[in-house]
Amino acid sequence: MSNTMKSWDNNPVLKIEHLTMRFGGLVAINDLSFNVGRGEITALIGPNGAGKTTVFNCVTGFYKPTEGRLVMARSGGEKYLLERMPDFKISAQAKVARTFQNIRLFGGMTILENLMVAQHNPLMVASQHTVGGLFGLPTYKRASNEAVEKAKYWLERTGLIDRADNPAADLPYGDQRRLEIARAMCTGPELLCLDEPAAGLNPKESAELNELLMYIRKEHDTSVLLIEHDMSVVMEISDHVVVLDYGVKISDGDPEFVKNDPHVIAAYLGVDDDEVDTVEQEVGL
Amino acid sequence: MKKQKDTLMVASLKDAVGGAVIALLMALVMVGMKVDVASGRGAELFIEDRWAAVAMAVAIVFVGRFVLNLFYWKKEDTEKPRLGSLLPSVSSFSGLGRFATPVLLALAVILPFLLMYWLGSRGSRQYIDLAILVLTYVMLGWGLNIVVGLAGLLDLGYVAFYAVGAYSYALLAHYFGFSFWLCLPLAGILAAFWGIILGFPVLRLRGDYLAIVTLAFGEIIRVVLLNWYEFTGGPDGLSGIPRPSFFGLEFTRGEGGFADFFGLKYSSIHRIIFLYYLILIMALVTNIVTNRLRRLPIGRAWEALREDEIACRSLGINTTNTKLTAFALGAMFGGFAGSFFATRQGFISPESFTFMESAVILAIVVLGGLGSQVGVVIASVVMIGGFEFFREFEEYRMLVFGLLMVVIMVWKPRGLISSRTPSIALSKNAKGISADLVQEGTG
Repeated sequence: MSNTMKSWDNNPVLKIEHLTMRFGGLVAINDLSFNVGRGEITALIGPNGAGKTTVFNCVTGFYKPTEGRLVMARSGGEKYLLERMPDFKISAQAKVARTFQNIRLFGGMTILENLMVAQHNPLMVASQHTVGGLFGLPTYKRASNEAVEKAKYWLERTGLIDRADNPAADLPYGDQRRLEIARAMCTGPELLCLDEPAAGLNPKESAELNELLMYIRKEHDTSVLLIEHDMSVVMEISDHVVVLDYGVKISDGDPEFVKNDPHVIAAYLGVDDDEVDTVEQEVGL
Repeated sequence: MKKQKDTLMVASLKDAVGGAVIALLMALVMVGMKVDVASGRGAELFIEDRWAAVAMAVAIVFVGRFVLNLFYWKKEDTEKPRLGSLLPSVSSFSGLGRFATPVLLALAVILPFLLMYWLGSRGSRQYIDLAILVLTYVMLGWGLNIVVGLAGLLDLGYVAFYAVGAYSYALLAHYFGFSFWLCLPLAGILAAFWGIILGFPVLRLRGDYLAIVTLAFGEIIRVVLLNWYEFTGGPDGLSGIPRPSFFGLEFTRGEGGFADFFGLKYSSIHRIIFLYYLILIMALVTNIVTNRLRRLPIGRAWEALREDEIACRSLGINTTNTKLTAFALGAMFGGFAGSFFATRQGFISPESFTFMESAVILAIVVLGGLGSQVGVVIASVVMIGGFEFFREFEEYRMLVFGLLMVVIMVWKPRGLISSRTPSIALSKNAKGISADLVQEGTG
C-alpha cells in the first residue's frame, strides 16, 4: 500500500504545500502538506485545538497563511494560488465553497432566499450588474428562474422543499446544517469544505448526511474536504484521512491505515505512563 | 397570613424611608436651592431656598412608595404590569402593511384637491406645504432605509448627502444657470459620488465605529459649507434659487405662465400643488426602485450582508462593493431630495443640515421599522406632522417626542411595522418573517 501511488497524489484538486500559520508566537499550523484528491472525500481529523479549522480558514481565504502554498486545480485545468486571493474570489473564481462550524445562515431570510444569495455572482452578470434587472430585461428573468430551479433541486436533495418559504432561523439544527451544505453547493463548487457537518446530529441525521455527501461526490464532480469528530462519518465515507495534532500532520492515508497508526492512537487515546518513553521513541516525538 | 402582612408592612416602610432619603438628598440641591438674579441690585446672583417644596417632594415620594409597596408591587397574585401589555397587541398590526399601502397611496394622490375642497386655496396652502415636508422626509427615510434597513450600515450622517444635493443644485444654478431638471440628476450623481468617496475609507469599520465616522462626515460637510464663504456664501446661505418649471412653463403671473397656458386664473397655490406632486413622484420612484432592488441579486446581497457578512464572503460576494452600492444609492436619493428641498425653499443655508436632521431621519426609519417601507411613511407622518401641529407647545415638543420614542421602543422594539416580506417565494401565500429573527446588522 505504502509503495503504490496514492490516488490523491495522482490528480489532486487541492495541493497544500508547507502551510504554516502563526498567530504572534503561537504556531497554529506548522509545515503542513497534503493533497486533496479529485472526486474524493478527504477527512481532516485531530483532537480539539489541532488546527483543523485554521487550515480551512487558510484554504478559504479568511486567514492569510504565514508561509506555504495552496494550489487549487480546477477540472478545466486552470490553477489558482489560494493564498494570494481575497476570500470572496476564492469562492467565485477558484470554486471553493465552505460551511462553518457554528452555522452561519442568513437567519432572517427564507430558505429559498438563502440559496438565491448563494447564486449571487451568476445572477449579477445576468442582471447586467443590476442595470438590466432594474428595467426587467428578460435575460434576468430567465436567469432568475433557472436559479430558483437550481435551488429547488438542492432543496429536494436535502428534504427542505416543503419549508422553502420559512425563515432559515426557524429550522431545527440538523436541517440548518443541511441547508448550509445546500447553500454551499448552489455556488457550484469544485471543492466543498465542510467544518464538522455532523456535529450535533443524531445517528439518523448522520446517516442521511453520509448519503448526501456520497451523492454530491458521485453526481456533481465535487471533491469534499471535511473536518469531523464523528468517526462513523469519517471511517464510512472518506477515501483519505489526514490527522493533525498541535498543527502538525501525524498521519495521512486511507481510513484503514490511519485507524491502526500508533501515532493516531497515541494522540487520541494517550498511552500508559510507563510506556510514554518507549512510545515517544517509536513515534519519533 | 397575619405575620406575612406585618413583614410586608415593615418592608414597605423601610423601602419608603429609603426612597424618601434619596428624594431628600436629591431635592435639597435640585429643588431646595434656586439660583436667581436679584432684580434690585444689578445682576447679582443669590440663592433662594425653598424648603417647603423639598418637604413636599419627600412626602410625596414617601407616601407614594409606601402605598405602591403595600397595595401594588408586593401583592403576590398580581402579575408584574408591563408597559407593553397596556398597548394593543403586536399581532393586531401585522396585516397593516399590505392593507395600508393602497389606501395611503390613494390618499396621497388626491390629498391636495381634498384639502382645497375643504379649506379653499388660501386655507389649504399651509397643509399642502406640510404634506410636502412630510413627503420629503418619507423620501429621505426610504433612501436611508436602503443603507440602514437593508444593508444594516448605521449611518448617522445621512443629512450630508441631503446637503450635497441641495448645494449641488443651488451652486450649479448660481454659477452656471442650470435649470432644476438638469440639476436633479446631477445632484443625485454628485451625492452618490460623495457616498462612494466616504464609503471607501469608512466601510471597513463596523458597528459603532461606522456610526461615529458617518456622524463626523455629516459635520465636516456642514462645517465646510459654513466656512467656505466665497463659494457657498457661508452662514448667509444661497438665495434666489430658481423654481422648477412644468415642462418649460414657469409658475408666474401673466403671459406664458402655467396659469395662462392652461387658461386658469393665476394662483400661487398652483406651484405648491406642483411641488407636492413632484415630491410625491420622486418619493414613489425611490420606493419602486428600492422594492425592485430588493428582488435583484444586489438587494438580496444587502440583506444577506446585514444578516451575516462572513457567510456572504464565503459565498463569493464582494462585500466592499456591495456596501458601497448601498451607500451610493442611499446617498443618491438623499441628493435628489436635497435638490428638491433647495428648489422648494428658494433659499438654503448650512442651518438646515444639522445633526438633528440626521437624527430625525434615522428616528423615522427606526420607529417605522427597519426595512419597512410603509413603516417609514407612518413614522414620518406622525413625527413630522406631529412636530408641526404642536408648534404652539414648542417647549414641550421635544419632551413629548422623547417620551413617544421610549413608549414605541418598549412597545415594539423593532419599530411599528416589523415583519420582513421575503423577496422571493415558491408558494403564493408566503408569510412575513418575524423581526425577532432578522438581524439588525453590525455594519
